[in-house]
Amino acid sequence: MGIFFSLVVVIVLVAVSFVGASMSGLQGLFGVYIPYLAIIIFIVGFVRKVMSWGRSAVPFRIPTTCGQQKSLPWIKHSSLDNPQSTAGVIGRMILEVVLFRSLFRNLKTEMNGGRVTYGSSKWLWLAGLAFHVSFFVILVRHLRFFLEPVPFFINMLDSLDGFLQVGVPHLLISGVVLVAAAGYLFLRRIAVPQVRYISLPADYFPLFLIIGIGLTGIIMRYITKVDIIKVKSLTMGLVGFKASVPEGIGAIFFVHLFLISVLLAYFPFSKLMHLGGVFLSPTRNLPNNSREVRHVNPWDQPVKVHTYAQYEDEFREKMKDAGIPVEKE
Amino acid sequence: MAKPTETPKPEELTKVDYDSTPETDWIETPAELKPGIYCYGARPKYLEEVGFPNPREWQPTDDDWKLPAEWKETVLEGIKERLSKYRTFHVFMDICVRCGACADKCHFYIGSGDPKNMPVLRAELMRSVYRKYFTPGGKLFGKLAGARDLDMDVLKEWWYYFYQCTECRRCSVFCPYGIDQAEITMIGRELLNLIGTQTDWIGGPVANCYKKGNHLGLEPHAITGNIEYLLDDIEEITGIKIEPTFNRKGAEILFVTPSGDLFGDPGTYTAMGYLMLFHELGMDYTWSTYASEGGNFGFFTSMDMAKRLNYKIYAEAKRLGVKWILGGECGHMWRVLNQYMDTWNGPADFMEEPVSPITGTKFENAKSTKMVHIAEFTADLIKHGKLKFDPSRNDHLKVTFHDSCNTSRGMGLFEEPRYIIKNVCNNFYEMSDDTTREKTFCCGSGSGLNAGENMELRMRGGMPRAHAVRNVHEKYGVNMLANICAIDRAVLPPLMQYWVPGVEVCGTHELLANALIMKGEQKRTQDLRLEDLPGVEEENEEEGGE
Repeated sequence: MGIFFSLVVVIVLVAVSFVGASMSGLQGLFGVYIPYLAIIIFIVGFVRKVMSWGRSAVPFRIPTTCGQQKSLPWIKHSSLDNPQSTAGVIGRMILEVVLFRSLFRNLKTEMNGGRVTYGSSKWLWLAGLAFHVSFFVILVRHLRFFLEPVPFFINMLDSLDGFLQVGVPHLLISGVVLVAAAGYLFLRRIAVPQVRYISLPADYFPLFLIIGIGLTGIIMRYITKVDIIKVKSLTMGLVGFKASVPEGIGAIFFVHLFLISVLLAYFPFSKLMHLGGVFLSPTRNLPNNSREVRHVNPWDQPVKVHTYAQYEDEFREKMKDAGIPVEKE
Repeated sequence: MAKPTETPKPEELTKVDYDSTPETDWIETPAELKPGIYCYGARPKYLEEVGFPNPREWQPTDDDWKLPAEWKETVLEGIKERLSKYRTFHVFMDICVRCGACADKCHFYIGSGDPKNMPVLRAELMRSVYRKYFTPGGKLFGKLAGARDLDMDVLKEWWYYFYQCTECRRCSVFCPYGIDQAEITMIGRELLNLIGTQTDWIGGPVANCYKKGNHLGLEPHAITGNIEYLLDDIEEITGIKIEPTFNRKGAEILFVTPSGDLFGDPGTYTAMGYLMLFHELGMDYTWSTYASEGGNFGFFTSMDMAKRLNYKIYAEAKRLGVKWILGGECGHMWRVLNQYMDTWNGPADFMEEPVSPITGTKFENAKSTKMVHIAEFTADLIKHGKLKFDPSRNDHLKVTFHDSCNTSRGMGLFEEPRYIIKNVCNNFYEMSDDTTREKTFCCGSGSGLNAGENMELRMRGGMPRAHAVRNVHEKYGVNMLANICAIDRAVLPPLMQYWVPGVEVCGTHELLANALIMKGEQKRTQDLRLEDLPGVEEENEEEGGE
């Protein structure tokens, strides 16, 4: 149900933008107003969400410890998987955010002949990493549409990305990897029964959206080529708040741009916010030093306790009989 | 109360099919409460004793749970409050991408195949309600956005599944965002406690601990009495008479351990180990009958209740004027001591930074909380050569070590107990890496699930741990499962009996005390269980032949 629904929504979005962009008079809507609106929703929504998380207290220091604690000097401490200092936490977070350290631990659990067994399972990690890295590379590459002159590192990145030197223009690997990895993540979602069972429309929709964005980008670059000079004049106009839509950019471009706009506007209200959330996860971004440095709970509240005096009042005679010292004879 | 159901045979339990999922979406499949899986409802007296809301006679199988009329508002208000109180909860409600990496990491899912035991889905039980009442998408699009109303079916589902989670945090190790089901379960249970839906097995120990100082409800004279029995056994084994002190002011160290160690086998052998070690060291320490519980079942009800129970430890340390506190072998006790105690009831500025009176080692990692784990303390003694051992006394044992969830993933205490065991035993074998240290498997009965009526759940949840033990049992002949947790010592014996007969369970300090050569001891012929030591029988025969 979720798959079909999400797919239909994305197809409708493609159709709407394709038709809309072909109609004169609506190009301004798809080329300027919707992108602006989307960016505003993205920025405001993202910041608001992160701030709302930030307003939530961190009452306890509760990292998930994944290695040896720092205790006695002669016991080797696992400073990255169980950081005790801020430096260690930064290291742990870098490993987590850049290399998906935790996902790398993934195992596959199976029942073989009445026995629970474990096997290596790195595909999710690999596809996830490939997906995110290629997405990042593509984002950076696209800066060439918003900067004039184009900085050297973007040109460098382009040549790296096209190092295979096949096709004209050169095939950029990142686009292919993005679509392939997203495709894998989709297939995994429907092929693994457990994952299919937990999946919501909110899991399929962004995948289809991103695959749509990737495919329209690839089509534009290699098949129905759009006028790149005009595209850049549009994007530079957007950057300078003097946007106008040049005549004769292919409709496919507007589909691409519209899907991106939808993704941006959808982002702050979706699971995609893991982009911000991963940095704020208290099980990862806190050191395991709560016995060494006291952590203060900002909303700490007094509680009713059972004092020693109350205890002794109840058990005084029994305590005396048992030879246990008491405060009041 | 319903009669406990018979637990199916192991062959039945391993018939788990992970690949078949229910026909209907989980969101449309109400939970069916199965006997053997859930615990009984808490008796009203337990809730009354600590002032928990809505005490009444009830059972989870009743149609009417006798909830307050405004229960739904109470729960929703409770969620709202906790979203601002806990960043974990707030972030974890929003960012899960449902990648499923956690799914097959949960011992209850592995043992049951019930999809709602996948941590991701157990969390979605809560997230779906969160979306409905707290997010624009859920309010607008309802089910399409994975949102649903909070109703009685949902509440029963929460109750059923939040008491099928032992808060072991294994899922959190594998989650790319560190989403910790334990946090969600803990908050889920807090919400359930706002309307009085507690389990009897948790409610009882909490009430006991609050008034009497320990989960088992041992009154002061029962504590000293129980320890007397242990001292008699120690005297029989070693010829040494030990005289520990209780509630003694001016002692250097307060010793706190789970009360389970004073009550039943094999925990009592571990307690004998502590007594023998401290005597051998001539340590200036005291037990307390008031702070006679290291564990904290309050932790399985609400943060406030946990704080109320935990209060006694620092209060007693202050009253007695000790310099620092030493804590015995226990799992969730150490999660609480390591990550919560100082925040709740500190600062402990009335004590001194812990220093080993024997070696002079400063425990810098405990300089604020002033509480040292006994494995840290003992490992340091051994490293400095302060103890003499005859490991051959443990030669009849082939030992493996079970890492407790809480000391593993809420602390990182891995090497200290291993160092001790390797020094006091000649035969030590590790279980598979996928099932130890940060990847260790729960005993299946933690977080207050060690009742009798949910035995099937416990045997299912303990299956991954038991299978890993069975592997080393078959491969190396392992016959002793060592650990550093009182719950383990209570629940692993039935688990082993069920899955791996022939493997016994012990605390680490039992092994240590077996091997410990004490000053002035008689020739040992018995271990702490009063069983003949290896070689004793042959010696007797030889003597007889002379």
